[in-house]
Amino acid sequence: MSTANHSGGFHHAHHFNSAEHQYESSKQGIWLFLVTEILMFGGLFVGYSIYHSLYPQVFHAGSKQLSVVLGALNTVVLLFSSFTMALGINYVQRGLKNKAIIALAVTIACAAIFMVVKFFEYTHKFHVGTVPGKYAYTEELSASGEKVTKVGALLAEANKLSVVEREHKLHLDETEYEHLTLLEKTKNWPLFFGFYFVMSGIHGLHVLAGAFLIFWVLLKVIRNQVGPEYYTPVEGVGLFWHVVDLIWIYLFPLLYLVG
Amino acid sequence: MAHEQHNYLNHQKGIWSWLTTLDHKRIGIMYFVAIMSFFFLGGVFALLVRAELFTPGKTLFSADVYNRMMTYHGAIMVFMVIVPGIPAIFGNFVLPIMIGAKDVAFPRLNLMSWYMLMIGAAITGSTLFLENVDTGWTFYTPYSSIKTGLGVIPMVLGVFIIGFSSILTGLNFIVTTHKLRAPGMTMNRIPLMVWALYSTAILQVLATPVLAITLLLLIAEKTLGVGIFDPQLGGDPVLFQHFFWFYSHPAVYIMILPAMGVISELVATYSRKVIFGYTAIAYSSLAIAGVSFLVWGHHMFVSGQSEFAGILFSFITMLVGVPTAIKLFNWIATMYKGSIRLDAPMLFAIGFMFLFTIGGLTGVYLASTGMDVHFHDTYFVVAHFHYVMVGGTLMALMGALIYWFPKVTGKIYSDLTGRISWVFIFSGFNVTFFPQFILGNMGMPRRYYDYLPTFTELNQMSTFGSWLIGTGFLIGLFGVIYALLKGKEAGNNPFGGKTLEWTIPSPPPHENFESTPVLTGGPYEYR
Ligand code: HEM
Ligand SMILES: [Cu+2]
Repeated sequence: MSTANHSGGFHHAHHFNSAEHQYESSKQGIWLFLVTEILMFGGLFVGYSIYHSLYPQVFHAGSKQLSVVLGALNTVVLLFSSFTMALGINYVQRGLKNKAIIALAVTIACAAIFMVVKFFEYTHKFHVGTVPGKYAYTEELSASGEKVTKVGALLAEANKLSVVEREHKLHLDETEYEHLTLLEKTKNWPLFFGFYFVMSGIHGLHVLAGAFLIFWVLLKVIRNQVGPEYYTPVEGVGLFWHVVDLIWIYLFPLLYLVG
Repeated sequence: MAHEQHNYLNHQKGIWSWLTTLDHKRIGIMYFVAIMSFFFLGGVFALLVRAELFTPGKTLFSADVYNRMMTYHGAIMVFMVIVPGIPAIFGNFVLPIMIGAKDVAFPRLNLMSWYMLMIGAAITGSTLFLENVDTGWTFYTPYSSIKTGLGVIPMVLGVFIIGFSSILTGLNFIVTTHKLRAPGMTMNRIPLMVWALYSTAILQVLATPVLAITLLLLIAEKTLGVGIFDPQLGGDPVLFQHFFWFYSHPAVYIMILPAMGVISELVATYSRKVIFGYTAIAYSSLAIAGVSFLVWGHHMFVSGQSEFAGILFSFITMLVGVPTAIKLFNWIATMYKGSIRLDAPMLFAIGFMFLFTIGGLTGVYLASTGMDVHFHDTYFVVAHFHYVMVGGTLMALMGALIYWFPKVTGKIYSDLTGRISWVFIFSGFNVTFFPQFILGNMGMPRRYYDYLPTFTELNQMSTFGSWLIGTGFLIGLFGVIYALLKGKEAGNNPFGGKTLEWTIPSPPPHENFESTPVLTGGPYEYR
């Protein structure tokens, strides 16, 4: 597209009056987009609260099984990354290129740490069988003719072993063993993990998208395409990142701490 | 061609320059071509569905095939024709010009929205060859989530992407209206078409994300078996209906508000009078948009929701009638003592008012909880929503097409062709859908392949009507081709319109305005 006037070294698009005008418009667009993101998660939150009030015991037992330590670790990581992102924007605005690069790179690293922690959380859940909906069940039938959950099968095995052997052979410590037993006594508990995986999964995809976008603006910083006169993309991506963090701030207590 | 003036059509040449264009006018035309192709496809499905219903029992194909054709008809018409229709085609073309801007705020995003519609349509369409979908366009659970095949996943994914396209268009229009108005163009001076598009855009941005999450949950349900909609796993299939209608009821206003904007323009121009009650029409659009979020439960009167909820939803639904009636009365007041010219666009506008009123009034029947128990899921509902959506939106679309055709192409659309097309569409429409009110009242259920022999005559009438409508649209298409080849040169303002687009050449130059216009008065300064 043709770029007409000059203003402070930055070319603004032909249909805007000034760089300022373009900046204001872009910012409004980004905010509107963030509204749609929040509304989309809003649908999930509404579903979550409805089922939470229908089945409080399911959500209680389910949340006990999540690792508060790992969840809290991820919360801290994301909060810190919001801080480094804000620093990054500030450095770009002030033209401190090298510092901006470091701040943005640290933000990406935080996103990576977040995803690695998520990976360990997920794989552990596959291991013990706290997975969503129909995948939580094995094909075996119990004596009474009901379908057996994978957790149930694991517990049956664990019950044959001593505490030490459980730790050793099944990687089940005593607290987790208790939590799983509680879970197994609760009807329809896989519903909780349906919500857990969908909500944290969609959030995780947003973290990945955010990391990708930060990488994109990082390249722009390196190539001097953004700076004190023009930093709309950095600021826009920053806003997106803050919203992704914000959503996690709500997800963490909702999923991990409701018990 | 005597004198070749420089305009947006010859500004750049070649198909590639179109596929990569950032010009809102060209993007509008690309939407026109795409959406009209979808419309053709959806229309063929409609004619086949109607043909199958010509006799009870099997007429042409099996029940299975029928279910699929009905699904594709509904899904294509709703998600790919009526929802994007007027905003994407005419909104793109006229909105920036009407407010004195050179383009929309985000031209790249605008092009991207077009591509997203194409990609979404391709994924949805691919299910026709992979695995046909037979859920109906509403994708109700548990049938869609548990019973039927995996084709639902790509189908729904396609609709998700189309929804994204709709969100981005809405976002673009909102920022454009806020930020790019010419000097002197206050919010209370923007044309009513822009008010309508602006209200629609708000709905697109606020409602569509809920559809997005609903469809994602349906995909999650099918792939991961999360159980949110599965009663066997503790979930509730009715939650899907709540989510779905929380979007889809506002969506019917996404379909109809732009049409109302078109009608306001047509009524003002063809009555040659200052529009009566500008502010009332403008703000009633916002009111409709607002109330539309609170009424979704009227689709679920028989779903087992509480009686209190039913009463509440019934009451709020009837409230929508107020801002709607305000518009209608203001149009009529504008026409009163105006010098009305019954050109083809005005005929379509009057057709709109007539059909939309019938659709709206029957909506009041359906909003009465007691009546709805009788009418729910019968042909009465089919007739109602066709009167509203087709009688409303498509009439406006045809009116808009003929009205802005000269501006877009520089050629006049033959008024005679337009009128003939109108006669076929208008009469065919009533022949098709009026009998369906009676059928519904007699108890014929919707979405059924077979019916009782007593319903035969009325069904045959309806099918016959569908041929008339089909003919009407073919005549309309002929008019487009004829005008492009043989149409008279249009000049800047063939119909005496007062809004800004009529002050610039037809077709407009690449950047719309030679110099930025400065506004000193309202949009409809007749007399
Ligand atoms: C030539 C004109 C048309 C004819 C003859 C026609 C006919 C039909 C028929 C027979 C059905 C099936 C009703 C049922 O069994 O429940 C139907 C459904 C439907 N039509 Fe049309 N139609 C036409 C145009 C349109 C247009 C332009 C739209 C766009 C809004 C539309 C939207 C729908 C929708 C949303 C459904 C519901 C599908 C469902 O419930 O799954 N129709 N139509
Ligand atoms: Cu509704």
